[in-house]
Amino acid sequence: MTALISAKDLAISFGGVIAAEGVSLDVFEDDHLAIIGPNGAGKTTFLNICTGYLKPSAGSVTFQGRSILGSSPRAITRMGIARAFQIPQLFTEQTVLENMLIAAASQARRFAPFTPLMQIPERKEAEHILELVGCDDVSDRPASELPEGKRKLVDIALALALKPKVLLMDEPTSGVASSEKFDIMDTLIGALREQQVTSVFVEHDMEMVSRYANRVAVWNAGHIQSQGTPEDVLQDPEVVRTVIGV
Amino acid sequence: MLMRIVLPVVVLVAIVLPLATSGWDAFLTLVWAKALPVLGIILLLQAGQVSFGHAMFFATGAYTAGFVIRAIPGGEIVIALAAAIGASVVAGLLVGVFVVRYRYIFFAMFNLAFSMVFYSLLEKFIHITGGSDGLSIPRPEILGQAMERSEYEFVLYYLALALLVICLYGVHRFLDSPLGHTLKAIKTNETRIEYLGLSPRRVLLIAYIISAFLAGLGGALVAVFQGIATPEYAYWVRSGEFVFVAILGGTGNVFGALAGSFVYEYIRVTATAYVGDTWQLTLGLVLLVIILFAPSGLVGVLNDIRGYLGKGRREPTPSGGKQPSGKTEKQRGEEQ
Ligand SMILES: Nc1ncnc2c1ncn2[C@@H]1O[C@H](COP(=O)(O)OP(=O)(O)OP(=O)(O)O)[C@@H](O)[C@H]1O
Ligand SMILES: [Mg+2]
Repeated sequence: MTALISAKDLAISFGGVIAAEGVSLDVFEDDHLAIIGPNGAGKTTFLNICTGYLKPSAGSVTFQGRSILGSSPRAITRMGIARAFQIPQLFTEQTVLENMLIAAASQARRFAPFTPLMQIPERKEAEHILELVGCDDVSDRPASELPEGKRKLVDIALALALKPKVLLMDEPTSGVASSEKFDIMDTLIGALREQQVTSVFVEHDMEMVSRYANRVAVWNAGHIQSQGTPEDVLQDPEVVRTVIGV
Repeated sequence: MLMRIVLPVVVLVAIVLPLATSGWDAFLTLVWAKALPVLGIILLLQAGQVSFGHAMFFATGAYTAGFVIRAIPGGEIVIALAAAIGASVVAGLLVGVFVVRYRYIFFAMFNLAFSMVFYSLLEKFIHITGGSDGLSIPRPEILGQAMERSEYEFVLYYLALALLVICLYGVHRFLDSPLGHTLKAIKTNETRIEYLGLSPRRVLLIAYIISAFLAGLGGALVAVFQGIATPEYAYWVRSGEFVFVAILGGTGNVFGALAGSFVYEYIRVTATAYVGDTWQLTLGLVLLVIILFAPSGLVGVLNDIRGYLGKGRREPTPSGGKQPSGKTEKQRGEEQ
């Protein structure tokens, strides 16, 4: 098995706070890797490094064997790593569908100056993705009017519209009503499996982890404390004490 | 509705007017020409950015047209306008590459700074530009035809009108395109634009160059109409006027450029006749009323009236249409 994303010995700190030190992690093709760990452990920082938003003070990151250190988020996105954020990053004054179509047009490099956005051929696909994450009912609403849970899902949909090879999600269903959370994740992960999209998701809900992840990495104070299959890792007494117990 | 009904009606009236009455065409030619730089300002406002320096492109177009007409015997207006467009696009690219790295007050001030440098160059290089007296521009030929003054102004009226309508429609379509929507997205979340694989700076640069083109074309038209280009064309007051007129007309719609330009010129001309030098006072009061009671400008008022009448569907106002440009709630992309 070849590693799609391979991080080695990453280190970064913010004025004394160590957010990563000696972090090495491989993401393999078709993985659905869960990242767990207490608040402030460095989970989001890892995603920031993998997408070129932060530059580590030491270590290397490769994607499909090529170093992506020093590449911009824009370049890395173009290579096939898409990201959904812990705090949704939407175009708040535009409707959900417009948000989606901007993403789809970017993916398809559709920049003809006089084609209306609403009429690009990718529209069907974009609407399908909205359906997939249960947001087709709000497609005409301005993004700013959505409740938090919906905003998180639209954020994921934007990343999906880029047809990525790897999808990074930061607490994908925080804020989503627990009654619909599993339904949505069932369809989402199902679609990812079907389209062979590899995913990495930061998660606090252990039920989500055991349901959808094939591998788990446990973060603690800038280190990876342990990694393995959900069955093994979630039973580990040390992990239970530091992560799940609190 | 604005595009499908109001614009054709306005254009129709504008076409018939000079044939039916006289005395309006000189006034309206300036309205058409000056609406162009305002359209450029409205375009940039879609990204939430205000330029206080667009008079530099207005002057670039004016002086380029002037130089070309003076240089070629007869002076063909088509060549002069084409050269003016070329020069303002190049100027827009050169200045744009620098200013699109900045936002809000910094964007506004860097534009102002560039325009003031340009203004003093126009004043200082007397042997080329004619200094503060300006550059006098002889009446050019139109498609090889030398014309009498009245005939020339008659043709120029329609030329300016045609160019304005093309530009209004073009910008309207552009704003509706994927790139235009990405431009509006700059206002709310540049982080997400980056993470969609696009460069907000490049998108803003494209809009900036288009806005420079519009300002340059407007400046060239005013110059060939008035037969002179002066450094005042590049002065900051002129830049401020473009922004003023944009807010007056309404920044949420390309139509604001036309509505604002018309009302502004009308107030300027009539108020000058009645109250002389204090016409700015009248303008100031009008703007105050607009900002307080109709923050989406004249076009916004039109939309509201349509809403009251409750007829038909309500077009969604383009982003920013409902708020004064300075006050839009900002949700900057925060990384977490
Ligand atoms: N850009 C930054 N500047 C300064 N400090 C930062 C920055 N990014 C992260 N940190 C700090 O680094 C540590 C790790 O932050 P990170 O956001 O990666 O944690 P996390 O594991 O995602 O936590 P949470 O579960 O709360 O989202 C925290 O102490 C945080 O305050
Ligand atoms: Mg986090």
